[in-house]
Amino acid sequence: MDASELTDDRTGRPEDIKAVPVRRPGRWIAAAIVLVFAAAAINSIVTSKGFQWHVVGQYLFDSRILHGVIATIYLTALCQAIGIVLGVVAAVMRLSPNPIVSGASWSYVWFFRGTPLLVQILFWYNIGLLFPEISLGIPFIGPTVVHAQANSLVTPLVAALLGLGLNEGAYMAEIVRAGIISVDEGQTQAAQSLGMSRLQIMRLIVLPQAMRVIIPPTGNETISMLKNTSLLSIAAYTELTFAAQSIYNANYKVIPLLIDASIWYLVMTSVLYVGQYFIERRYGRGFSRVSIEQRWFGLGNRGAA
Amino acid sequence: MTAMVKAEGVHKRFGRLDVLKGIDLEVQPGEVLVMLGPSGSGKSTFLRCINHLEEINAGRLSVDGELVGYRESGGKLHELHERDVARKRAEIGMLFQHFHLFPHMTALENVALAPIHVAKVPREQARQRARELLGRVGLEDKLDTYPVALSGGQQQRVAIARALAMQPKLMLFDEPTSALDPELVGDVLDAMRQLARDGMTMIVVTHEMGFAREVADQAVFMDAGVVVESGPPDQVLSNPREERTKTFLSKVL
Repeated sequence: MDASELTDDRTGRPEDIKAVPVRRPGRWIAAAIVLVFAAAAINSIVTSKGFQWHVVGQYLFDSRILHGVIATIYLTALCQAIGIVLGVVAAVMRLSPNPIVSGASWSYVWFFRGTPLLVQILFWYNIGLLFPEISLGIPFIGPTVVHAQANSLVTPLVAALLGLGLNEGAYMAEIVRAGIISVDEGQTQAAQSLGMSRLQIMRLIVLPQAMRVIIPPTGNETISMLKNTSLLSIAAYTELTFAAQSIYNANYKVIPLLIDASIWYLVMTSVLYVGQYFIERRYGRGFSRVSIEQRWFGLGNRGAA
Repeated sequence: MTAMVKAEGVHKRFGRLDVLKGIDLEVQPGEVLVMLGPSGSGKSTFLRCINHLEEINAGRLSVDGELVGYRESGGKLHELHERDVARKRAEIGMLFQHFHLFPHMTALENVALAPIHVAKVPREQARQRARELLGRVGLEDKLDTYPVALSGGQQQRVAIARALAMQPKLMLFDEPTSALDPELVGDVLDAMRQLARDGMTMIVVTHEMGFAREVADQAVFMDAGVVVESGPPDQVLSNPREERTKTFLSKVL
């Protein structure tokens, strides 16, 4: 109370310290070096003839490219959704007390994480070589629900969904499992002591808290998925990369079309960043007094040190 | 009168470690039992056996005349279905040393959750009752606050309201004030005193000797998995017969 000479009149609080900042010449030198390299890179990108920027502009909104963009968005959404659903199911199965159920989940993850995605896609695309005819029904006893030629049933789209979706499910299973394990066991005990069932505890208590751990790597996975859809170009599925390839196969403008595809991939991943920010904010409620804005943009940490 | 809790020769093992080696005790409805003893003596484990968070290995344990976790018919024990175990747990409130509030829900949502999803009370009615209960523990102004923004004492009082929302006939307290700053202990003990006055049957594991003397009807001193001494709190706390009890009390007081 006796620091009166420092007291701000309106609030009665002492004024913030005003000090001369430390000089940091190292920072200026580092910034200058980075800027020189950046300028050189931009200069070469803008002036080099090879980039053919006018061709890039010409094809950026080409209807074939735009159709490829739409197909890529559609495939990413569908395959990631399949992956998330499979991942949650596989993670819950993996944590089951029943060893057969948990073993089945382990085997699934082991197989699909252990073989290359490209091989899996080729495998599904060529499934007709293994099973010329496919019947779906209850094994051994039940009636057959679906019976068809493999080649008519497993279209490039179905092969794509199976390849990317099943592979993603295996990765998501591990992400969801990590999320579930991260939730303190006391939470389950408190919920049990209130008389909640295993399923209610999972749905109302554990998974909502696990989401905080699950979302950032899921955002990562979705971005990977977006780009992994380009692998489907080898299965002749017309997504963005395949669209770009089929144009440059005709006009030999390879680099400009690859740039067009890259621009669209960058636009799409940027949109995903925004989505992830909002989902993280939704599930971060109640966990920290530091807001997500501070965590994402590092406000309040800068200048310390 | 049926005892609210009756234990006869209760044994519990974790692997090779015998944690409970034959516990016998009885708690009548409306009674408050305080359990004392050094850490590792099996007090918490015994509490957790009462609502079947742990399975006992031998002996008989019953709550309000019904066996915990089993059904007896034709001279044989049958394991209860998970559903029936959950139904019985709903009748027993439990408080934890570290509160275990659900961090993704506000105080009000914490309290109203089990009535809505377990007791199937209509949502609005459950929320109204939750407001009343939070008012009773002095938190009417914290309804929409998340646990992270509450002090330990406030969190533990929300936990008391959460347990009360299920209208339990028995409440178990596992060192409810051990994780609290000293000046916050009083509010929680006050809420527990009020419960005892209202006639709640309570088993309290605690090191709060003043609370034990004042509120308990019965005190039990446990060590190394056995009940060393039990009786009225005045006798057990002030004039213990056993040497082991004397040593413990001289260190705690």
